[in-house]
Parts: sequence; C-alpha cells; structure tokens
Amino acid sequence: MRWCGPSGRRADPALLENLVLQALSGLASASSLFLVASGLTVIFGVSRIVNFAHGSLYMLGAYLAWTLVTNLPRGHLGFWGGVLGAALLVGLIGLVVEVLLLRRIYRAPELFQLLATFGVVLIVQDLALLAWGPQDLLGPRAPGLRGSIEILGLRFPLYELFLIGVGPVVLGLLLLLFHRTRWGTLVRAATQDREMVGALGVNQRMLFTSVFFLGSVLAGLGGALQLPRESVNLHMDLSIIAEAFVVVVVGGLGSLSGAALAALLIGELHAFGILVFPKITLVLVFLVMAVVLVVRPHGLLGRPAAAAHGAGAAEPPIGPAPRPLKLAGGAALALALLLPPFAGNYALTVLTDIAIFVLFAASLHLIMGPGGMASFGHAAYFGLGAYGAALAAQWLGASMLGGLVLAPFVAGLFGLLFGWFCVRLSGVYSAMLTLAFAQIAWSVAFQWVELTGGDNGILGVWPDAWAAGKLTYYYLALALCLGSTLLLRRIIHAPFGYALRAQRDSVLRAEAIGIDAFRIRWLGFTLAAAAAGIAGGLFAYGKGSVFPTTMAISRSVDALLMVLLGGVQTLSGPIIGALAFTGLQEQLVRITDLWRLVLGSVIVVLVLFFPQGLAGAARTAWERRHGDT
Amino acid sequence: MATLEVEALEKRFGGVQAVRGVSFAIRPGEMLALIGPNGAGKSTCFNMLNGQLRPDAGRVRLKGRDITGMAPRRVWRLGVGRTFQITATFGSMTVRENVQMALLSHHRRLMRLWRPVARMDASAADALLARLGMAEQAGRPCGILAYGDLKRVELAIALANDPALLLMDEPTAGMAPQERVGLMALTADIARERGIAVLFTEHDMDVVFSHADRILVLDRGTLIAEGAPAAVRADPRVREVYLGSGNMMSPGQGGH
Repeated sequence: MRWCGPSGRRADPALLENLVLQALSGLASASSLFLVASGLTVIFGVSRIVNFAHGSLYMLGAYLAWTLVTNLPRGHLGFWGGVLGAALLVGLIGLVVEVLLLRRIYRAPELFQLLATFGVVLIVQDLALLAWGPQDLLGPRAPGLRGSIEILGLRFPLYELFLIGVGPVVLGLLLLLFHRTRWGTLVRAATQDREMVGALGVNQRMLFTSVFFLGSVLAGLGGALQLPRESVNLHMDLSIIAEAFVVVVVGGLGSLSGAALAALLIGELHAFGILVFPKITLVLVFLVMAVVLVVRPHGLLGRPAAAAHGAGAAEPPIGPAPRPLKLAGGAALALALLLPPFAGNYALTVLTDIAIFVLFAASLHLIMGPGGMASFGHAAYFGLGAYGAALAAQWLGASMLGGLVLAPFVAGLFGLLFGWFCVRLSGVYSAMLTLAFAQIAWSVAFQWVELTGGDNGILGVWPDAWAAGKLTYYYLALALCLGSTLLLRRIIHAPFGYALRAQRDSVLRAEAIGIDAFRIRWLGFTLAAAAAGIAGGLFAYGKGSVFPTTMAISRSVDALLMVLLGGVQTLSGPIIGALAFTGLQEQLVRITDLWRLVLGSVIVVLVLFFPQGLAGAARTAWERRHGDT
Repeated sequence: MATLEVEALEKRFGGVQAVRGVSFAIRPGEMLALIGPNGAGKSTCFNMLNGQLRPDAGRVRLKGRDITGMAPRRVWRLGVGRTFQITATFGSMTVRENVQMALLSHHRRLMRLWRPVARMDASAADALLARLGMAEQAGRPCGILAYGDLKRVELAIALANDPALLLMDEPTAGMAPQERVGLMALTADIARERGIAVLFTEHDMDVVFSHADRILVLDRGTLIAEGAPAAVRADPRVREVYLGSGNMMSPGQGGH
C-alpha cells in the first residue's frame, strides 16, 4: 500500500489529488447506480417481484433520450426536456407492462415472475434492435455542462459533478414522497405487510401500478442521464441489471436508504478497485456482495420479509410414471438411439447439446423442485466441470476419461464450498448469493489469463481418438447424461430426495422428526453441482474448447428457463423443458433474426397461460380427461 | 423415574418475563395438561421443552438426561414426539409417506440414495395409521386432508420413533367437538398402552377435565396451581384467573 499509510510525505504529491478525483468519479457512478437500484428496490418492496426487465427499462430510457434529444431543438430545453420526456415515456412503458403482464401474475411463485420479466427482457432487446439498429449510438453532451472544472489542480468533468448531485436529490425527493404523503405511507406499509394493506381496503391495483410507474421512471431517468457519458447499446440492459441487483441485495431488498448506501459502496469499490486490485476488479463487487450476505443475510439495512400468509397450494405427491408417460419416454429414447446414425453432423451436434442440457436442467431441478431453493448461478457448476476437464487436459495432459471423471468432482467440491453459504439463506437472497458465486467463478475464468487463457478460452480439448467421431461422442454423451438424469430421478424417489422435499414442505416438521434441514439442503446442492459438472465436462469435450461464457449469467438463465418451461413440480419437467428450449432456440436462430422476440413472447404466453410449465399442463390435461384428482 | 423433569425454567423476551421459575415432572403413561389464559406462557414453556427455544435459566431433563437447549432434532432422537398448534406436515407427500419419513429418520436411513421410499417401512407406517384410524386415508396427499385428519397424521408421525414423551400443543384446536374427545381418548389409550408420558396444552376445558390425569395452571409465566382435575377446579386462585373467561367453572360438563 504505497500510496496511503501514515508516512504520507513520501508519497507522490499528486497522488492525494488523484485519489480525491477517483472518489468523486466513484460518487458519480454511485449516483447513476442508485437511480436504477432505487426503482428496483421500491418495486420489489411492494410487489415482491424481482424485475429482471428493470435493466431493459434503463436501456429504453437511454435510447428514447437519444431519439428525443437528437430530434428536439438543440439547447437546454431540447436536452433536459428530452431526458425527462424519455423518463416519463419509460414510466408509461412500465405501466403497460404492469397492466398487461405483471398484474396477472402477482400470486404466481417468485420464479415465474422472474421468468416473465425475463421474457420482457428478450422482447425489449429485439424491439430496440428493430427501432434503433445494432450500432452504438452517441448522444450529445449536456448543454452547460460540457466542460470540466479544476479540482486540486486536476480537471474533473462538470457533468460528473452534476450526476453526483442528482443521486442525493432523488433520494431526498423519494424520502419526502414516502414519508410525507399518504401514498408514500401506503407504499411503506405495503412493503412491510402486503396482505394487511389489502385487508385494510386499500386499492392494491392502483398502488402497485403507481409504484411500478415510479420505479420505471427512475430506471428511465437513470438510462437517459447516461447519454452524455457513454454510448447507447443493446447490452446496457443486462450489464446494469446485474449491478443493480447487487446494490439492491447488498442494501437490503425494499430498503431505499439501503440501496443508497450500497450504491455508494459499490460505486467507490469500482473506482478504487481498479487502483488497488486491477487484476480482480470483476470479482470484487460480487465478493463484497457474498461477504455482506454471509454476515448480514438480509442485506445492510434490510429486514426479514414477513412470512407470506397464504402459502401456495401444495405440490402433488410423486409416484411412478404413468403408463402413457413411460410409453412416451420409451419412444423418445428409441428415437434418440436409432435416429442419429442417419443424421448429419450438424444435427448430431445439436442432439449432443440437447442431451447435455437435459442433464444440466435436471440437476438444477433437483435444487429448485424437491429442494425448494432458487439458483441464479447454476452455470457456475456447469462451467467448473467444463474448466475442470479442460484444465486437466491442458495442464496435466489428462485423457478425456480422466477429464470427465474429474469434472463432477471439481464442480461438486465448489458446490460443497459455495453451497455451505448459499443454503443458509432463503428466497431471493439465497438466489442472489448463488449468482454472486457464479459471477466470481466467471470473473476468475475471465481475468486469470495465465491459467485459463481469459477471454480466449482453452482450446484443443478434444475427445480421445475412440470417441472422436460425432456419432460416437453423441452416444457417449447420451449414455452419461441419460444415466445421470435417471440417477437423479432415482434419488428423488429415495429417502434422500424425500428428505429434500420434507425440509421444503415444512422445516418445522422436518426438524421435529430429526431431519437436519441444513445438511440435507447442502448435500442436495452439492449433488446438483456435481451433476451439472458432468454436463459441463461433456460440453467441453463436445465443443473442443471452453470459454468463460460457459458460466455466464445467460447460461444460468437458460437453465432456469428450461426448468420453468418444463415445470418445477414434475419430474419430467426439466427434460421436456430442456428439449423444448434447446430445440426452440436452435430453430428460431435459424429461421429468424428476431428469435429473442419470438422466444420472449413464447415465455410470456407460457407464464400467463401455463403457469405449471409444459409437463405440468400436460399432466393436468391428462388427469382431467381421466377424472383423476 | 420421571420421564421429564423441569426445574426452575425462565424465559424473558425483552422486558417481558414470559416464564418464571416453572418446575414440574411427568411420569410414564401420565396425561398432564398445561392450561392458562392467553399469554400465560404455555407455548413458550412448551417450546423450551423440545429445544425450539433456549431457556434463560433452568434445566430440562429427559429420563434423567439433561437436554436443556438441545436442538429440536436431537431432542427428538432422544424420544420426544411433538405435534404443533398449527399442524405441520409434508403437504406434497401422502399420509403414509409422512409417517414413513419419521420412521426412516428414526432408523437413520435418510441419506440413502437408491432404494425407493415406496418400499421402505410402508407396513410399519400402515400399522401406525391403522391404530389411529387413518388406514383408509394412507394414500391421500396431506395437502388435501381435512384439518382434523391432519391432527391425527401429526400424532402418527409423533409416535413413529417410539417416544417416551409426547408434547402436544393444542392437539384439538380447529377440530369439531365430537372429534376432539375421540382424538384425546385415543391418545390416552395409546399413552397408557405404551407408557408414554403426554404433556398437552388445551383451551377446551371439556377435553382437559375429561382426559388429564393431572393439571398445571400457568398465569403470567408462573405456575399457580397443580394437581388432580377436581382439586384444580376447586382452587380459588384458578377460579380468579379464569373468572368470566370460559366454561371450566361449570362442573358436570367434563364428562366425569
């Protein structure tokens, strides 16, 4: 630490000034971050919806501001009018989303709401692509704030200084709104106990809709104000949403002051992280989130959410597969075995991927279905399996079989380590911690270039000679994935699987009959991680290479989509979900450039009309036809 | 030897002394009722017995062994079954599977990964359910069961590990009057048959006076009376506490 410490005299004289400036630019980022996070946290507080689409609203804010500002007459009115106009427009878009979609699913399980908002993310991405094209857009600088001023002899942009002021002003206005108006009091009351507010005769619909409008305006404003700072592009949505989630979770879900505090923390961490730990900047933020959640499970200023009063309907019991399902499964297996010799190389690659993703989804299902836990970071274990195999091949000269054996152990070991922290928390916090660990794993793969090759990945991870043919490799992947998936299914029917469901159904009862809920969850998590590791190892050898994207957020989301599409409550759900998702995506990418739009719409329709997933809907239909209950 | 001995139990929540200096003991096969007005500290007392809450002071001994502050699942392993005021069962499992879980846990077979639960301890579970008159419901999911039946399932679960002590927090709350007497008569039979000590809290004085061998009366965290039902009914301090709040003052309704 050469730049701080008590002997400041020896330090570079310009260093102190640099630090001050760094701190200021940290404040500017904190301000922007707070605008987005405050909207997210207010929406969550009242509606309990984890709004993935909040980042999309932010992106729309930036795009709309660009359109308005470049089309309005230049000058103060044009610029600021454009920024505020964009924020209001985004508010209206949020309103439409709330009324058309979210309002219908407030009673659905948390993860379905997440899925629905992710559908919106996909739709908005393609709509933005249609409206504004793929190229980055540069906005004009803010009139009157173009220059910079001198602080301690160094130049600092005026616009950044302005942004530093925006955060506290917005925080102050929001606090006034929440503490000085009747509407604000209702919002705070609903944040603490939604049912009670409903019981008092408050019009919840209006309350939720207005809160969603406000949150969307804040997101839009956050995006619009970025116009003079950075180019507007199609990746803004997901990059900001990850950070906003971190801020909201670190601050405590639903807590406005917590979001402010956390934004400050994360903003400064970014600013100084680059100075102190340039090699691990990406890890740092998620490391802080992990530490905060381990020490304070409800965030810095959050409090435990009131238990939901009306728990959802219980899941039906599990049993042996009914005859039609067995027949369908047998037919599918026969196709999977007999058809491939007649398939081309491309089809074989797709089929191999499908087999791998079936296992990946089934492993996540073990956590989410029987385990009752949510994971936003299951790709970590897929990726760790892939990297385990690839690193063994690259550095130890391991054979394919060695790598494939190693993969589940590497993933399982990290599952054991990360799981110990994750399964202590519950609900969204637990899910966010899994995301944090996944991001840490991803950042290490990305930034530890010496070991992992960073963004260039590890190449030349080819199967042994005997399995080099596409067809042979397909059969190998099918055997391992199908075997592992059936093993997971077997485990769900065995005492351990029942114990998992027992602690999910009632921790109180589980502990009262000697079941150690924590240990069961922990081992379930580890088991799922190991199974995902097998899938990851097979993926690595199938592609011949591994990149950090194997454990990126989007892959975790893919797995979530597969499980939810198929249906959490059915054992065949993840299998059907993986088939449907991989097949659908593959086909859509081939036939249309707007596959996100189609996929997003399909997801939204599914959530609205088939909330039990594909397999769940099929089961309901079947039971209705046969008069079963 | 007494099944359970409780010695000078204390619990304080902030400034409120919820339980102070409570001591009592219970013999095998005995039905002991813990009664008192709302807020008397019954549930707090109860939750300290099976480890749900840790007492600030005092001792809890099970068959001579100190179990003060042990986690619920360890207390269970030592032979304490528990039913809850608001039933807690596994809603996604059938009645039989609920009992099987308790049996599997008792036999320490929960970590098994291969053999299906369907083939493990099913007949033992069915036998227990038959004893409780639930044989016909064995295949139904707990999630759709009537509340009175859930209470019976809880009892079956609680009996699965051959407990020395049963803790029943308001076992008949939410049940129809005829059902209440039936359930408590059954409980008393089983308790005597197997030498199980039963401690229960209850608001329904009919149930208390017709099934308890002995009664403890708690008021504002302190035991104010203890003894046979007739003596407790006659106790002036008990009368004072319950004045105007219930039907215990009308002798002859207890079914004796």
